[in-house]
Amino acid sequence: MSHHLPVLLVVVPLVAAPVIALLNRPRISWAVAVAVTLWVLYAALALLSQTMVDGAIHYALGGWVAPYGIEYVVDPVNAWVIVIVALIGALVTPYARMSVEREISEDRIPLFYAAFILCLTGLLGIAVTGDVFNVFVFLEISSLSAYALIALGKDRRALTASFQYLIMGSVGATFIVIGIGLMYVMTGTLNMADLANRLPEVASTRTIPVAFTFLTVGITLKLALFPLHLWLPNAYTYAPSAVTAFLASTATKVAVYLLLRFFFTIFGVTFSFDVMQLDRILMPLALVAILTMSLVAIYQENVKRLLAYSSIAQIGYIVLGISLASVLGLTAGILHLFNHALMKGALFMSMGCVMYRVGSVRLERMGGLGRAMPWTMAAFVVGGLSLIGAPLTVGFISKWYLVQAALEQGMWPVAGVVLLGSLLALMYVWKVIEVAYFREVDPELGITEAPLSLLAPTWVLALSNVYFGIDASRTVGIATRAAELLLGVLS
Amino acid sequence: MDDRVILRVGAKVLIPFILLFALYVQFHGDYGPGGGFQAGVIFAAGFVLYALIYGLGNVRRVLPPRAVYICSALGVLLYAGVGYVTMALGGQFLDYDVLAHDPEHGQHYGILLVELGVLITVFGVMVSVFYAVAGRRRLDT
Repeated sequence: MSHHLPVLLVVVPLVAAPVIALLNRPRISWAVAVAVTLWVLYAALALLSQTMVDGAIHYALGGWVAPYGIEYVVDPVNAWVIVIVALIGALVTPYARMSVEREISEDRIPLFYAAFILCLTGLLGIAVTGDVFNVFVFLEISSLSAYALIALGKDRRALTASFQYLIMGSVGATFIVIGIGLMYVMTGTLNMADLANRLPEVASTRTIPVAFTFLTVGITLKLALFPLHLWLPNAYTYAPSAVTAFLASTATKVAVYLLLRFFFTIFGVTFSFDVMQLDRILMPLALVAILTMSLVAIYQENVKRLLAYSSIAQIGYIVLGISLASVLGLTAGILHLFNHALMKGALFMSMGCVMYRVGSVRLERMGGLGRAMPWTMAAFVVGGLSLIGAPLTVGFISKWYLVQAALEQGMWPVAGVVLLGSLLALMYVWKVIEVAYFREVDPELGITEAPLSLLAPTWVLALSNVYFGIDASRTVGIATRAAELLLGVLS
Repeated sequence: MDDRVILRVGAKVLIPFILLFALYVQFHGDYGPGGGFQAGVIFAAGFVLYALIYGLGNVRRVLPPRAVYICSALGVLLYAGVGYVTMALGGQFLDYDVLAHDPEHGQHYGILLVELGVLITVFGVMVSVFYAVAGRRRLDT
C-alpha cells in the first residue's frame, strides 16, 4: 500500500471526481470531497516524511521502467508543494459547504465538488510526475476544471473572467507544450531526469534556447508574473469565495514549482542562469511586480481584487528569491510558497465569511465589521500582519530570508524594494482595517458573526501563520533541503 | 424532415454501420490504427447524425441526457478501476501483466479495457457537448 502512495495520491481524487458527479447529491458530494482531501493530506505528509528520510521515491506506472514509461518521482522539492496543495485542499473543502450553498445554485453543487476534486488531482499530478508530457496533461486537467470553477461565480462577470483566463491559460499551456515538443525533438525523451542528462549535448543548438524561451513565457503566464498577470485579478475577484481561497493558495504555487523544475532540474542552473541569463529577466520583472502591483492594490475598492493584486506582488517576492539563484534566495522563494499559501488562504477565507454574511466584499459595505464579525476580521488582521511581514508571523520569516539573500550578493537596492513592498502592503491592509474597525456599524443590517464551519478552517490557517512564524525550524529546514537539491549542492 | 426520404432512409442504413465501425476501431485498435478516442468520436457521430435527421427530441428519447452524463463519468471509473485491479493483484498501477495467466494476454485485456473506458467517456462528452450546443435557444428570438 505505502509503496503505491505516489500514484494513489493522484488516482484516489481522480476516481473520486466521477463518483461525486454520479452521486449527484449536494451533501454526499461534499462528504466524499472532504474524505478525499483529508486522505490526500495524510498521503502528502507521509510522502514528505518518507522522502526527507530516504531521499527520492520513484514509481513506474504500468511497470514500464523510466525513461520509457511514465515515472512519478517524489523528492523534498515536490513533496513540499504537494503538502501545500493538500493542506489547503483539506482546509478549503470543509469550509466550502456553507460558502458554496450560499453562492452556487443547488443543482450545480455536485458538479462543483467534482470540478474541485479534479482541479486538486491536476495540481497534485503536476507536482508528482517525473515526465514532462504528463506535466502538460495534468496542467490541462487543473486549468480546465479551474475555468469551470471560476465560471460558477454568482456575479455574471465571472463568465468573462473565466473566459479571459481560458484564453490566457490556453496560450500559456500551448507555449509550454511547444517547449516540451522542441525538447523532445532534440533529445527523444520526455523523462525529466533523462532530459537533464541529454540536454547538455544539444544545448548549443538554436532549438534548445527557443524551447527554453517558450517554456519561460508559458510558465510565467501560468504563475501570473508581471506583465503576464492580466487574467488573475478578475478571476480571483469573481470566482466563488472557496475557489478563490483554493486557487490563490495553490495554482500559482504549482506553476512556480514548474519554473523551479524546468530551470533548475531539467535545464540546470548553469544553462538557465549563465547561458540564458534568466535572472536578468526575472529579477526586474519581480521587482516591478512588487512595486506596481502593491501600488495598484492600494487603490482597490473590492477587497478580493485588492488581495488579488497583492497576490501578484507576492509572486514577485517568490520569483525574486528564485532569480537570485543562491541557496539562500531559493530557500526564501520556496519558503514563501508555503507562507504565502497560509496568509492568502486565511485572508481569502475571511473574505468568504464576509461574503456569506454581508453578500459583498466591497469596502463601502464593510464599515464596522470589526465589531459585527470580530472573529472574521481578527483572522483578517492576522493574515494582513503576515502579508506585511510583521515579526512572529510567517511573512516575517520569508522577508527575513529574502533580504538576507539579497544582501549576501550585495544587492542593497533589491533589499530596499522588499522593505518598500512591506510598507505598501501595510497601506493596503490598513485601508481594510480602518474601514472595519474605525467606522460605525449599521445596526439595521443585523450582521452577525460567521458560522463556525467557516470560521474554524479560517482560524486554522490564521494560527498557522503565527505558529510557523514562531517555530520556523521545520519549514526552513525543508526549504533549505529543497534549495540545495535544486542547485545540486546536495545530491 | 418527413419529405426528405433519401436522407431518412440513408441515415437509417448508415447509422448501424457507423456504430459497428466504431466498435471495430475500438476492438481492433491494438492491431490496426484506432483506439478508444477515435472509436468514441465515431460512436457519438452516429447519434449526432440521428439527431440531425430525426431531431433532437427523438435522440434524447433514445439516449437521455442523464445516461450521457453517467457515461462521461463511468469511462473514467473503468479506466482507473483497471489500475486499481492491477494494484490489488500485486502489480504497479496499470501494469496489465498481472491481469491474465501470462503477461501477453494480460496486456491484451488491459489495453482493451482501458480503451473501452476512453470510448465511453469520449462518447459521453461528445454527445453532452452536442446536446448543450444543439439545445441552446437562439439569442435573438
